[in-house]
Amino acid sequence: MLSIQNLHVRVGETEIIKGLSLDVPAGEVHAIMGPNGAGKSTLSYSLAGRPGYEVTAGSASLNGDDLLSLDPSERAAKGVFLSFQYPLEIPGVPGLTFLRTALNAQRKARGEDEVAAPAFLKLVRAQAAALKIDFEMLKRPLNVGFSGGEKKRMEILQMAVLSPRLLILDETDSGLDIDALRIVSEGVNAMRAPDRAMLVITHYQRLLDYIKPDRVHVLADGRIVASGGPELAHELEREGYDPILRQGAGKQAHLSAEAQGA
Amino acid sequence: MSLATALKSGDLAELPARRDEGWRWTDLRGLIRAVPPASPPLTVGTAGPFAAIDGETIVFGNGQRADGGTDLSFVAERDMTLQLRFVSDAINASQASTVAIDIGAGVSLVLLESHEGAGDYIASVEIGLEVERGAHLTRIVLVDEPADAILVSEARVVLHPGATFHQTILTTGGRRQRIETVVTHPGAGGSVRMDGVYLLGDRRHADITTEVTHARPDGVTNQLVKGCVSGQARAVFQGRIIVAKGADGTDAKMGHHGLILSERAEIDAKPELEIYADDVACAHGNTVGALDEEAIFYARSRGIPEAEARAMLTQAFVGEVVDRIEHDGARDVARAWVAKRLGGEA
Repeated sequence: MLSIQNLHVRVGETEIIKGLSLDVPAGEVHAIMGPNGAGKSTLSYSLAGRPGYEVTAGSASLNGDDLLSLDPSERAAKGVFLSFQYPLEIPGVPGLTFLRTALNAQRKARGEDEVAAPAFLKLVRAQAAALKIDFEMLKRPLNVGFSGGEKKRMEILQMAVLSPRLLILDETDSGLDIDALRIVSEGVNAMRAPDRAMLVITHYQRLLDYIKPDRVHVLADGRIVASGGPELAHELEREGYDPILRQGAGKQAHLSAEAQGA
Repeated sequence: MSLATALKSGDLAELPARRDEGWRWTDLRGLIRAVPPASPPLTVGTAGPFAAIDGETIVFGNGQRADGGTDLSFVAERDMTLQLRFVSDAINASQASTVAIDIGAGVSLVLLESHEGAGDYIASVEIGLEVERGAHLTRIVLVDEPADAILVSEARVVLHPGATFHQTILTTGGRRQRIETVVTHPGAGGSVRMDGVYLLGDRRHADITTEVTHARPDGVTNQLVKGCVSGQARAVFQGRIIVAKGADGTDAKMGHHGLILSERAEIDAKPELEIYADDVACAHGNTVGALDEEAIFYARSRGIPEAEARAMLTQAFVGEVVDRIEHDGARDVARAWVAKRLGGEA
């Protein structure tokens, strides 16, 4: 479903992602873990198309559509959704207005009819209730003055309403207390579906107790240096990143030697 | 010295110029090289922007009453809505309109004023507003002039004790344009609101200048002016609040916030509080900046195309001012007008 091949991304003069390859099949949840500065947020921003993140080589496609040639809004219409680590405040635009504008823009881009107001409100009410969001809050400017937990729940609400194909959760657990973490995770788990893929980016294993990944990848210095099943997350939690990074470095060295030999 | 005097006398030296402190960003003497002939009479066939709202109408066409009436003064003796239209259509011509409105004691008047036209005329509009004891005046000024028009509108507002005055100006500017409001505030708990919105593109210019003098104690003034400039447009905001000696207990707030949407656009702002009384609460804030690019990306990442995201955020920015309009019908007109001008949806 999501296929990334040999991706290289530069921010300013600095190359952050250095040849990253990753496949996330439909229906699966993959976790990306890694130390600070590994390039986790850069990866998520690159997939969403943030200006300033320059892809210098490689490819990324969703269901065969080349994402990198698309505008961020076109990527969203194709089904990409990035849940921001730090959701932005949108002064003067009520959450409901923002969400309806986004939904209808996506539908328009896909050649679908606009969703009618009653159907939209019904959908939002149901999702808001599930996430324990006071509906009145959606009449306030989006995220303005909201707590960290409220902003994250608002991200999940947007995700549920927009119903994307690829969910990228960038450090969704940061700033959440245990209760909020549980509510947010339940919201995410409710979206697991055979035709949907998820990329869960996190620094800590904690989130993965709630959102169980099918695969865990370790991102370090701009590359995937190790991949494994859910047990890999526990290993990282127990032993830290160091052993894997040392191993990864060894593997890289080994690979380069091989390349030289060939 | 004013445009009106210059048009009357034909003397270019009467035009305000760059070196006049209050006109340094709205130079007329450097712009107008000759006083053009008087505009021909105009028959106005169109309905104004506030046509959907019930009320009486006074129409000026090229500076003359164009609705059958001849009076240039008007007295509101009962609560009412009055549409005051200044419609112009002339090439290389000039015109001057004068009108005086007296709002009777205790009367509530909603004045829906519009400036519309076509061509490249020079227009001067002088309005006198006398708000008697306990009367209430809401004035909405919608200025939608052609890019080549020059307009100076000057309103003198005198409030008597217990009177209130709430004003909102909305403009897209012109070749050179000044919307000036001078208010004498009697204090005594009376409230004055002096809001404004400017949406300027291309090479347009608009100058919103206001002056409120608190002559006596316990008056309230609240001002919020917001706007955006793109292309090579230039916005000018000059807000002055004077609190005279002895006008204690005055509560005055002034805010001006501008968005610059292109590299060559400009905003000049001069907020001034002149306080000669001891016991007052006065505050002002003035900011000029750009749209938040992170917020734009956030909206795009949700599927909103860039142009639409920019329009939405700009509209939300100035929407704060529009939302303060108490009159439902006028607020709806203003909201739709802003949305249309910014290319977004209402």
